[in-house]
Amino acid sequence: MRINLTDTNAGAIAAELVRGRRRAGSPAMGMVLTLIVVVDEKQADDALAAAEEASKEHPARILGVIIGSRQPASQVDAEIRIGAGTTGETVLLWLRGEVTGHSESVVTPLLLADSPVVVWWPSRAPDDPAAEPLGALAQRRITDAAGAPRQKQQAMSTQCRHYSPGNTDLAWTRITGWRAMLAAALDQHPAKVTAASVRAERVSPSADLLAAWLTARLRVPVERNTSRGPGITQVVMRTGDGEIRIERPDGVLASLTLPGQPDRPVALKRRSVAELLAEELRRLDPDEIYEQTVASMVKIEKQKAKD
Amino acid sequence: MRRAGVQHKPVNPLRDPQDRRLPKIAGPGGLVIFGVTGDLSRKKLMPAVYDLANRGLLPPGFGLVGFARREWHDQDFTQIVHDAIKEHARTPFREEVWRQLAAGFRFVPGDFNDDLAFDQLRQTIADLDEVRGTGGNHAFYLSIPPRFFPDVVGQLKEHGLADPRNDGSWRRVVVEKPFGHDLQSARELNAVVSEVFPPESVFRIDHYLGKETVQNMLAMRFANAMFEPIWNSNYVDHVQITMAEDIGIGGRAGYYDGIGAARDVIQNHLLQLMALIAMEEPTSFDARSLRIEKQKVLAAVHLPRRLDLGTARGQYAGGWQGGAEVAGYTDEADIPADSRTETYAAIALGIDTRRWAGVPFYLRTGKRLGRRVTEVAVVFKRAPHLPFNDTETEELGQNALVIRVQPDEGVTLRFGAKVPGTAMEIRDVNMDFAYGGSFVESSPEAYERLILDVLLGEPPLFPQHEEVELSWQILDPVVEHWAKKGSPEPYPAGTWGPPSADKMLARDGRAWRRP
Repeated sequence: MRINLTDTNAGAIAAELVRGRRRAGSPAMGMVLTLIVVVDEKQADDALAAAEEASKEHPARILGVIIGSRQPASQVDAEIRIGAGTTGETVLLWLRGEVTGHSESVVTPLLLADSPVVVWWPSRAPDDPAAEPLGALAQRRITDAAGAPRQKQQAMSTQCRHYSPGNTDLAWTRITGWRAMLAAALDQHPAKVTAASVRAERVSPSADLLAAWLTARLRVPVERNTSRGPGITQVVMRTGDGEIRIERPDGVLASLTLPGQPDRPVALKRRSVAELLAEELRRLDPDEIYEQTVASMVKIEKQKAKD
Repeated sequence: MRRAGVQHKPVNPLRDPQDRRLPKIAGPGGLVIFGVTGDLSRKKLMPAVYDLANRGLLPPGFGLVGFARREWHDQDFTQIVHDAIKEHARTPFREEVWRQLAAGFRFVPGDFNDDLAFDQLRQTIADLDEVRGTGGNHAFYLSIPPRFFPDVVGQLKEHGLADPRNDGSWRRVVVEKPFGHDLQSARELNAVVSEVFPPESVFRIDHYLGKETVQNMLAMRFANAMFEPIWNSNYVDHVQITMAEDIGIGGRAGYYDGIGAARDVIQNHLLQLMALIAMEEPTSFDARSLRIEKQKVLAAVHLPRRLDLGTARGQYAGGWQGGAEVAGYTDEADIPADSRTETYAAIALGIDTRRWAGVPFYLRTGKRLGRRVTEVAVVFKRAPHLPFNDTETEELGQNALVIRVQPDEGVTLRFGAKVPGTAMEIRDVNMDFAYGGSFVESSPEAYERLILDVLLGEPPLFPQHEEVELSWQILDPVVEHWAKKGSPEPYPAGTWGPPSADKMLARDGRAWRRP
């Protein structure tokens, strides 16, 4: 069911949510969190589709905050979606005019009681998400440097410099598979790593994070090399008796090489945004390992600037 | 801070207990399935293997060996697995995952007493170690009737397949329920398996009761403050544990006839559920502590004094179910017309502990019942005093906490609320919790958890043989009593069992919940 409200306010939207739920016979809704998605009109459809997909795993109230132009008179329009295809409730909020600068005032009355709040910026993110009013409402702030309209690399380092507990970036989520495979490889071949390298597209926030993570964990020099992609194509860890190598030339199927063992194919597919988001929502406490990685990244960049 | 010298294994610098995104990926290893042509293997095991791979939890070097009496080659087997996965897997089919897996598929044709075939199996496994790097780690899944266990287990031993190499690799065995059909046969079965495999290498699976369900139940009971204080005979009136199936016996005539509902379901599934509900808080949640608590409960169970009054059994007759006409049990294919096998069984049990003294646990199960449901209902005593008059509380029942196991896993709380209006009228209402809307990729099947546990070598939450034996000790007298008492009472398909089951509760002044 879709209900449209034109030139409205948060109170009216909240009332309509209750009414809509009652019309549906007050079904049990085990919504576990509020997910705020901050987008502009162009990306709204894709982002909300991903959010709704992720909400199948984490039933959520999704608030899509669509920021329009700052020019004309202040107005809030809303569309409420309940039932049919969504596990929770979705509210789209179109803001334009002065209210675009006060979106938290619209969102606050619509947060689920007592449940965690997550904000996701699928594209352009504030430089310091935790300092932004919407970000301040949330336990978890998810940015996506690779989704930035331009200067993705810079977007990543900005996020790294402004890290505060509760921040994460989907560039980090994208490398979980790589990290898991690398850790498993070291489980199987427990040897001291003397050097490592990451090969990826020239611009790849994920590859930079992976290199920073390896640097932080292994405490060895990690080279960051360039390939034609897609994404990350190779990671090598050098050990005394040979290389541990994962190669993924096509972005789908990788092969794992361990010293003295046969090569093995490994499925290492690049995941959809919905899957990434679902992984992000699984844990809502600060990600300490991301924090370490981000610190390592800042250090590496400082070093580079010096050289 | 890492403590040097405490751990023998070198610490993996890429692992960190705080890094909870990284899944535990099983080390290299393989799975050998006996009875690979069976329904279970196609509908559950193969899809579970794929789903695990798809979630990135299987090791890159993984081997799957099928063993059965078919003239198949590896390609034929691969095709069968491919079709099974496409049809039954929980997660979407992905070509790259399939390619990772398929390279490790092998098939060995042969009988269970065929020495040549087992030689070939050993060869195949050695070959997998070489080509796929399975590292000598193999689990044998016995998806076969228990009467073949001695053959297969014996062959595994004889051909040196049961003994791990001396390099820290492992060999494990997975056994399906039923674990015997009475105490004695359970002991014999255990003797056969334990002669060859040490207890920690034996994994028993009860596919009705997934690890996920067990853990959900533990979390609900012991992670919360508000349930435990009332979880005793001061507040609980009785407990009803139900596992109802809407289907008949289908193609399982050969197995089912002569076994019956009590042995098929009560012995393992319902008694396990009861133990989880009734046990004391374990000191930790490792498999061993859990087992100790469950065993304590099972050992404290007593049967009703009069088995004829405290138990009930039935057999479904023809009738209409869910809009279709269905045959009665004795009209099913391959069932003798005079079969006395029960398809419905109910038992009242008591637990002799301070916590549960005087609280009956009613267990029931059946086929062709009203609908498919498994649940545990904890029914509370009425409030000692109601400051309302009788008409006001006419429609107020007993408070109940219902743990829904399947379908739609969750918890329902039933309590009284005032009906809106000027008159004071109190009626029962439900408060529902479901484990998420429709969990896309995260709620693993029981088989996935089990296979992963086997590969990781994590002690399973499934019962070991002490528990199995305790359960048979409870059930044996009941089944023996029934055997002396002629035919079970018929009940029409699609209803909630025979009248004697209702009378059994009515004698105690209670009634079955309609789940």
